[in-house]
Amino acid sequence: MRLIAVFLALFALQPALADSRLPPAYWSNRQLPDSKQEAKAQALMAELRCLVCQGQSIADSDAELAGDMRDLVRRRIAAGEQPAAIRAWLVQRYGTWISYKPTTEPAAWPLWLAPLVLLVLGAWIVRRRIKLKARD
Amino acid sequence: MSRAVRFAPLVLLLMVVGALIWRLATPPDTTVHSKLEGKPIPVFMLDAALPTKPTLSSSDLATGKPRLVNIFASWCIPCIGEVKVLQQLQRAGVAIDGIAIRDRPDDIAAFLARNGDPYERIGSDPRSQVQIAFGSSGVPESFIVDGRGIVRYQHIGPIEQSDMPMIMSRLEQAK
Repeated sequence: MRLIAVFLALFALQPALADSRLPPAYWSNRQLPDSKQEAKAQALMAELRCLVCQGQSIADSDAELAGDMRDLVRRRIAAGEQPAAIRAWLVQRYGTWISYKPTTEPAAWPLWLAPLVLLVLGAWIVRRRIKLKARD
Repeated sequence: MSRAVRFAPLVLLLMVVGALIWRLATPPDTTVHSKLEGKPIPVFMLDAALPTKPTLSSSDLATGKPRLVNIFASWCIPCIGEVKVLQQLQRAGVAIDGIAIRDRPDDIAAFLARNGDPYERIGSDPRSQVQIAFGSSGVPESFIVDGRGIVRYQHIGPIEQSDMPMIMSRLEQAK
């Protein structure tokens, strides 16, 4: 029993050990003074995927690497770079995986076509129903 | 309603449940591979991680011979075991450079004194900027860079003893 408790305690210690001893990067948890630039940065950060807590955006993640990515995004936006260019730079390195924004690549076509297909299917079902009712 | 249509929802449900069970039984690979394999290394210049060792810049990597770039940190537990293997590689004639992520000179010096030092050069990357430029997503990771500065291979996680023949043959291919 005590052994199990020790193991559980060690397990709980893991995240603390996996972090560096440096404080967060300067712009990781600080807003840019220019509110327009900050809004741009926020919009982009919400659409970039965290490499550590996969499934979270870097805006939501507490991982150190996510903090460093926010720092990178804010610095580049402050330097006048467009969000689309920053996104493209990251996609070059990590693939489309890094971006939550759906692409227009062939792999994503079913995603774009699905609403249309469902709409047509729905219309067809409704039409059939109406026809059946009219016959009664 | 025909029988086929009546059973359609059940069939659909079974298909969904089947797909869920399959994905639970064989979880997808969650490692993120760098897209820079086969492409030139990013241009970078790092500050020296230690006062006693030369720093690392992208110009140090395209030297005509393949090099191993190891992304590590003194606070990274798997890196401790990896350093031993890197030293064996160094003894076998492999040129190894390090990029220390979010680290401090004192901590790096203590780490190398305790575990061994296989590095020719070490650059300090306190905001993970060069790590991100390489398309790396954690420590430790290693990149084989050929003599023209092209990334030939990315190794995610520590290089184990058992990986040594593979690393050596990849370095050979990069010549």
